[in-house]
Amino acid sequence: MPDPARHESEAVERLLDSTLSSVDHAEEIASGLAQSAGFDEDDLMKIGIAVREAVVNAVVHGNRYNEKKKVRFSVLKNSERFTIRVADEGEGFDFNHLPDPLAPENLMRTSGRGIFLIRSFMDELQIRRSESGGTELVLIKYKAKQEDRFS
Amino acid sequence: MSVKLNTRQVGDVSVVDVAGRITLGEGSSALRDTLREMVGKNQKKILLNLGEVSYIDSSGIGELVSGFTTVANSGGQLKLLNLTKRVKDLLQITKLYTVFDVHEDEASAVRSFA
Repeated sequence: MPDPARHESEAVERLLDSTLSSVDHAEEIASGLAQSAGFDEDDLMKIGIAVREAVVNAVVHGNRYNEKKKVRFSVLKNSERFTIRVADEGEGFDFNHLPDPLAPENLMRTSGRGIFLIRSFMDELQIRRSESGGTELVLIKYKAKQEDRFS
Repeated sequence: MSVKLNTRQVGDVSVVDVAGRITLGEGSSALRDTLREMVGKNQKKILLNLGEVSYIDSSGIGELVSGFTTVANSGGQLKLLNLTKRVKDLLQITKLYTVFDVHEDEASAVRSFA
């Protein structure tokens, strides 16, 4: 008999200010939902860091702390996947030509690892132009991969 | 909790005990200020004890790299002590683990500066 909890969907959406406290707020929301979705401690940490990096990117590089600009943040969990969307109202950036932080010439750079960490910690990362012309990141973690580890 | 930094002297080695989160904002700027102050005081042997660091983001990694470079440029050495599994994993995936001199035992880390 299927477990009804596995099929529960839940979604949260927030319009966040372009401040660093929004980063903590977004992480709190995502971590709470990820915990209720049954992710283990390791994945919770990875999701937490990935969300922080995505929102930092939106606040700092996208909206440049502009108080008139907002970050659209949403989390959707269902039986299959955990999806986080972070959209800014910035100018956008050339996400097809990001420097490789693992290249020897970039290894000692003090920045430029955010997107790399998101890719490392999530199962999927989509980067695209948001409706407002800024950048939207879609971060996905599949629940099946987590369950496979215990089966 | 963001970050707590406590500095102590073991012989001629300055040990910085770091606890909490090294993330963008208060955490990474506190680490940066502490390291700059130590370099300003001409301290050449700095050991960062990260045993109580629960969390580090890309900004925190950037501060570690920046600290390493700043100390090296002033003729000193910055080494790392007691990495948690999470921090170790993070340094490994960013290929920085081999850049830093990492120790698991404080006494041998202190001796390694000689």
